[in-house]
Amino acid sequence: MRFVIPLIIFLTMVIFLGIGLKLDPREVPSPLIGKPAPAFELPQLADAGKRFGKDNLKGQVSLLNVWASWCVSCRQEHPLLVELAQKNIVPIYGLDYKDSREDGMAWLSRLGNPYVLSAFDADGKVGIDWGVYGVPETFVIDQQGVIRHKHTGPITEEAWQKTLLPLILKLQKEGSAA
Amino acid sequence: MIAELGHFSLVMALMMALLQAVFPLWGAQRRLSAWMAVAVPAGRAQFLFLLVSIVCLGISFVNNDFSIEYVAKSSNSSLPLYYRIAAVWGAHEGSMLLWAFTLGLWTCAVSIFSRSLNEEMLARVLGVMALVSIGIELFILFTSNPFDRLVPSPVDGNDMNPLLQDFGMTIHPPMLYMGYVGLSVAFSFAIAALLGGSLDSAWARWSRPWTLVAWVFLTCGITLGSWWAYYELGWGGWWFWDPVENASFMPWLVATALLHSLAVTEKRGAFKAWTVLLALFAFSLSLLGTFLVRSGVLTSVHAFAADPSRGLFILIFLALVVGGSLLLYALRAPMVKDNARYALVSRENLLLLNNILLVTASASILLGTLYPLVLDALGLGKISVGSPYFTTVFVPVMGPIFLLAGIAPMFGWRQAEPGRIFKRARWVFLASFGLGVSLVALSWNPADFKSMAGLSMAFWLASSALLSLYSRVSLRANPLDGLRSQSPSIYGMTLAHLGAAAFLVGAVMSNQYSVEKIVRLAPGETTELGGYRFKFEGVKEVAGPNYRAKEGSFQVFEGEQAVAELKPQKRVYKVQRNTMTEAAIDPGLLRDLYVALGESMEGGAWSVRVYVKPFIRWIWLGGLLMMAGGLCSAADRRYRLQARQAEFADGGLAGAKAG
Repeated sequence: MRFVIPLIIFLTMVIFLGIGLKLDPREVPSPLIGKPAPAFELPQLADAGKRFGKDNLKGQVSLLNVWASWCVSCRQEHPLLVELAQKNIVPIYGLDYKDSREDGMAWLSRLGNPYVLSAFDADGKVGIDWGVYGVPETFVIDQQGVIRHKHTGPITEEAWQKTLLPLILKLQKEGSAA
Repeated sequence: MIAELGHFSLVMALMMALLQAVFPLWGAQRRLSAWMAVAVPAGRAQFLFLLVSIVCLGISFVNNDFSIEYVAKSSNSSLPLYYRIAAVWGAHEGSMLLWAFTLGLWTCAVSIFSRSLNEEMLARVLGVMALVSIGIELFILFTSNPFDRLVPSPVDGNDMNPLLQDFGMTIHPPMLYMGYVGLSVAFSFAIAALLGGSLDSAWARWSRPWTLVAWVFLTCGITLGSWWAYYELGWGGWWFWDPVENASFMPWLVATALLHSLAVTEKRGAFKAWTVLLALFAFSLSLLGTFLVRSGVLTSVHAFAADPSRGLFILIFLALVVGGSLLLYALRAPMVKDNARYALVSRENLLLLNNILLVTASASILLGTLYPLVLDALGLGKISVGSPYFTTVFVPVMGPIFLLAGIAPMFGWRQAEPGRIFKRARWVFLASFGLGVSLVALSWNPADFKSMAGLSMAFWLASSALLSLYSRVSLRANPLDGLRSQSPSIYGMTLAHLGAAAFLVGAVMSNQYSVEKIVRLAPGETTELGGYRFKFEGVKEVAGPNYRAKEGSFQVFEGEQAVAELKPQKRVYKVQRNTMTEAAIDPGLLRDLYVALGESMEGGAWSVRVYVKPFIRWIWLGGLLMMAGGLCSAADRRYRLQARQAEFADGGLAGAKAG
């Protein structure tokens, strides 16, 4: 009997590892979910003279995508964002995080601009308020300006179809009902 | 073309591995010599195809062939040549190819150096290694092919991760893999012995040198990794209990236990079932390490590519290999009889205690590494287990190991006389502890019991290792004769134990007496730390091949005498736009001076991190000594001689059976 013990222990471990595979270790719950978006006021990327702030997010369901020209995963995610922007389902706002203005602009003109507009967060202070710890990150914000969901890492086709799109459609319906 | 050749070679290697698994294993079961004879040529052919494959990938990197997705992802035309070659294993796909190649290399080595094995054993060993090869090659071909083309191909590549652009990091993965994969040899010997029902001391004698060499590589890989973390990550730490580090440390602990247990099985014929189990565990933990690192079930500072489909593949592979071998163990091990007799107080039992402690240490690390995962799987929330847990569970287990390692070599096999040993060792014991306590009390801090215990333990281990060597040598009248008559494995053991002592000194002293300071310095200003004066001379721009850097310059004085000039850098890599901190270190046997640039401030000032770390170099010096010890033991001629004698014995037996 005692010779079977290692096998049993191992099989238990495999079960947990198997469950672990389905979980995403990067999916750390954000304390901001269900709370109003943190206040911010930033210059726009394309035009330093114009401002963009929390109040601009109210009144519609929107996505806020945190990106940067130095971020490799953002490049991977970018084509999907461009595609989504063309479908006009939901406005996507950008937050260019810890970047330089020229690099950010060059990046958008080379790869296409899916954003209604991008706010320019040069020193990353707004990113800290939003609890950004890895780029890219995407927030879903409802009509009242409340953060309803946070996606860490590049948006995949699967995440879009299974999580983000249904949530956005639901929120849009809620909004129109109210 | 070259990529296709590489891809084709990989497929061919898989075919060879299939031949190498099916015919020899079936042949050994049916005692068909011709079938068993396939093992050696198939194993060598598999190695050659893997060699061609990895060389093809290397050529693609050297030629900057960015039409290959993997090359485009992890290299760049401005990357210096040696990093382009090292980029072959700089990311997931290539490092898995390196894994497969390393296994091929070990297979080839076994086929060359095991002429003394009987044909059944050799066929089974190579067959089991081939099964592992098949799994890993299928994994590469189906989920992580490094030869995939990218259409359209980019003009230039995405560059290698700047963290990895460093000498230590270029040779760390090959060393580590040589160790990880090398444990597959001991694993295959164990499986082969279980299959054949021939768990005897000849099996232990064959396994021992292979395990030793794999252990040396593993030690080397871990030491390099820790050294790299120290000077490259820029935090001045040398071990972080990161899941990826733990993944290499767990097999090391079990392999260390295995080495000691193999000695008992070889010399005394005891602990057979236990030794087999350790051999299975050691390689299983290597595979588990690969799974943890490659599947992304755990997050870590190493943050390699995480892909659930890959994870599932490795998990199934892991389940088959480990589950299968443990099932075989459950079926066969009850038949193994230990015929050795030994008293309660004997070297056998002390080594058993050592084994239990090492395995406990390894199990507690495994627990800490998997605990967050288990909690998450049960829906109990996300936590991370950090160094407080590991130091709390690890230190109490390691303490007795160091005590034991000192005393155990003085105990005889079978039965020992503790009274005599106590009499011989007590003065050394008391002197070590007296020296440790008084040294700490007089030079540093009279209330620092941790350092006192640590240093005393290190002195005890070192002096008892030398004492036990002395008592062996003094059996001969002429000391030179005595020295010459000792076998290399005795010297190996002494060196390795001295290495463990040196490591302990480094770990304790650098932990307790490192001082650090974060200061704002303008050019011309100085700061004092640990008896040294650091003068900041300013920052200038320098250009590297694929980065720009701001290089600071510091003069370090001890009293009025200049002792070092340090030039830490802050680099910005052009392609990935990562900012990297290159610390500048003035190494020394007694202390390291370590300076890293932080952020630039107004008026040409910088925030600067300064560390003085006493004895930290001893940590890696200990690693070197352990490696030297391992090599020394592996070079023991007795393995070759006895292996040859075993061959005669087997030949005689087989002849008798045939007759």
